[in-house]
Amino acid sequence: MTRKSPEKIFIKGNEAIARGAIAAGCKCFFGYPITPQNDIPEYMSQALVEAGGEFVQAESEVASANMLLGAGACGIRAMTSSSSPGISLMQEAISYMAGSEIPAVIVNMNRGGPGLGDIGPSQGDYFQSTRGGGHGDYRTLVLAPASCQEAYDLIIKAFDLAFKYRNPVLILGDAILGNMKEAVSPWKPAPVDPAEAADWRLEGAKGRGPRLHKSLYLHEGELAGQNKRLQEKYLAMQAETDFELYRTEDADLVVCAYGSIARIAKSAVRKLRKEGLKVGLFRPVNLYPFPSGPLAELAGQGKRFLTIEHNLGQMVEDVRLSVRGLADSEQFSVYPGNLPLPDDFEEPIKKALAGK
Amino acid sequence: MSRIVVLEDRCKGCLLCVAACPAGIIRQSGRFNQNGYKVVEVPDEDKDKCTGCASCAITCPDVAIRVYRSKKKEAADD
Amino acid sequence: MQAQERLVFDRPKVLADIPTHYCPGCQHGVAHRLAAELIDEMKLAEKTICVTSIGCSVFLYNYLLVDSVEAPHGRAPATATGVKRSRPDKFVLTYQGDGDLASIGMAEIIHCANRGERVSVIFVNNTVYGMTGGQMAPTTLIGQKTTTCPAGRSREHEGMPIRMAELIAQLGGTAYSARAALNTVKNIRSAKKAMKKAFEVQTKGLGFGFVELLATCPTNWRLDPVKANERVAGEMIPYFPLGVFRDQTAPAKGPAEVEK
Repeated sequence: MTRKSPEKIFIKGNEAIARGAIAAGCKCFFGYPITPQNDIPEYMSQALVEAGGEFVQAESEVASANMLLGAGACGIRAMTSSSSPGISLMQEAISYMAGSEIPAVIVNMNRGGPGLGDIGPSQGDYFQSTRGGGHGDYRTLVLAPASCQEAYDLIIKAFDLAFKYRNPVLILGDAILGNMKEAVSPWKPAPVDPAEAADWRLEGAKGRGPRLHKSLYLHEGELAGQNKRLQEKYLAMQAETDFELYRTEDADLVVCAYGSIARIAKSAVRKLRKEGLKVGLFRPVNLYPFPSGPLAELAGQGKRFLTIEHNLGQMVEDVRLSVRGLADSEQFSVYPGNLPLPDDFEEPIKKALAGK
Repeated sequence: MSRIVVLEDRCKGCLLCVAACPAGIIRQSGRFNQNGYKVVEVPDEDKDKCTGCASCAITCPDVAIRVYRSKKKEAADD
Repeated sequence: MQAQERLVFDRPKVLADIPTHYCPGCQHGVAHRLAAELIDEMKLAEKTICVTSIGCSVFLYNYLLVDSVEAPHGRAPATATGVKRSRPDKFVLTYQGDGDLASIGMAEIIHCANRGERVSVIFVNNTVYGMTGGQMAPTTLIGQKTTTCPAGRSREHEGMPIRMAELIAQLGGTAYSARAALNTVKNIRSAKKAMKKAFEVQTKGLGFGFVELLATCPTNWRLDPVKANERVAGEMIPYFPLGVFRDQTAPAKGPAEVEK
């Protein structure tokens, strides 16, 4: 990672995502208005165009995602952003991009659900994001920023990962991250190699045979072969683990949380540590592949676990899978529609800690 | 004189060319190709009636007809 | 080839020399060939990116030897927008059927045209869903029986067939919109001219190019190919008139006959 420039700017998470994408060499943005991510298309409609890129406000999120498929097939760095209901509309195209091995970056500022829900934060899209929300066996890398700086950093990483694996990559934020302002250092990564994707991108069959990106395999054995290749890819992706451990070395109880909720949980952990309670925090940054290794290690050290999420209990399943045979995980839900405060987590943490 | 060549393995026996030929000289033969379609042909006695107009080839959905036009005829056309 | 003769009709270079999967008499084969002839004649093969749709013609990419991407059902105009916006110097083409374009993909085609995307769309209208076995499509004619309107389409229950070429012609971003047919040699010749215009408004950067081709589906119409062509003349063309409904390259006048 190149040296971060000292200069900092005070911006919203949404803007950090947009700025990071442009820094990463994003050339096309396709999107549609939906709260709480509107700053992203708004910013892109000016700054991306000024940077020589293309901005299209599509007629729907379905269209946005399918425009993304077209640009990705051409090996161009492109992205879309939306929020929960819009991301649901994109699932078919995401499955096609996974099946056709087309790179893309998709940002979801998770809002309250199900249905129209609300425009407040939620983590209700965890399963949809980490299990592949569309049809068929496929996965997308899922990165979950917990700060505006991390949002900037992770979208740069997302473009690199998308092209490394030729696969859609999801950034899973929420209404808090999108709308809160923090100081961000807008560092610039190395410029994109013009030969990126040169061996497969569509640009007209000149001096070579035609190329085809598709996911339809009707002849016997063909689709099975493609699914086997995809599985090998997803196994290779397991190397992309990224997580944060906070005061877990001597902790009796490890709180597991991601994104904005992890920030709030950290405040609670910090406060309880001052009261002498041995608690720590495990925060996965990559939600797929889920960092199960470090959790299993902690479980091996006899620690107990409490998963805190802004949904009815989803990531807790991955935590339990990671520590199975060694430990279990309590679960505390903040109901989407409520806004959690650090104090709200004290009781559940104490209860889980006491639950010898 | 002008003539057509039917690529028999591509013909699907749809007979669109038979209907399109202004001279009405294309007909379904008795021969099956390996896909089980009865292929078309121009019978020997009608071969001289072909003007090379390519109507058959234009209407053929399978590019199964190649058309050759005789130079004499073209000299007359120019 | 004898000495004193010349080959005047042969397979266009960009059309693969392999048999197609289409049913006997299916006119996708004709539409494919016309597109290939134009790509060769306009020297576009090396800069063409084709966006195929879902239907019998999804396999166009096996036959047209150009770079291609397969779009989900109905989404080709959106995918083509992504392709053209990311590589504006390329020639971008979609090829879609009536179910794909006028039903599930209606929003995509309307907005792609309205934005004036510099892409060309070949729309093959054969009034049924072919690949899935002959169901009713948005262009199924009144009284026409299909597997999902077995008593025949009625205005009261299924509404009227949609005239796409006229609809697209009214959108500001459309530079050319016409309807042609593939049921006679004369009409096939006119169809090629219309397709060429739909390509040229892209290569000249004028805007969105659209050509609707009336075609047959012998298998699902339960007609032999020759009778199917008669149905195009007798039933389809009266409801779907041939003509140019918008042509920014020509002086402003009403819908004109597609040039001879």
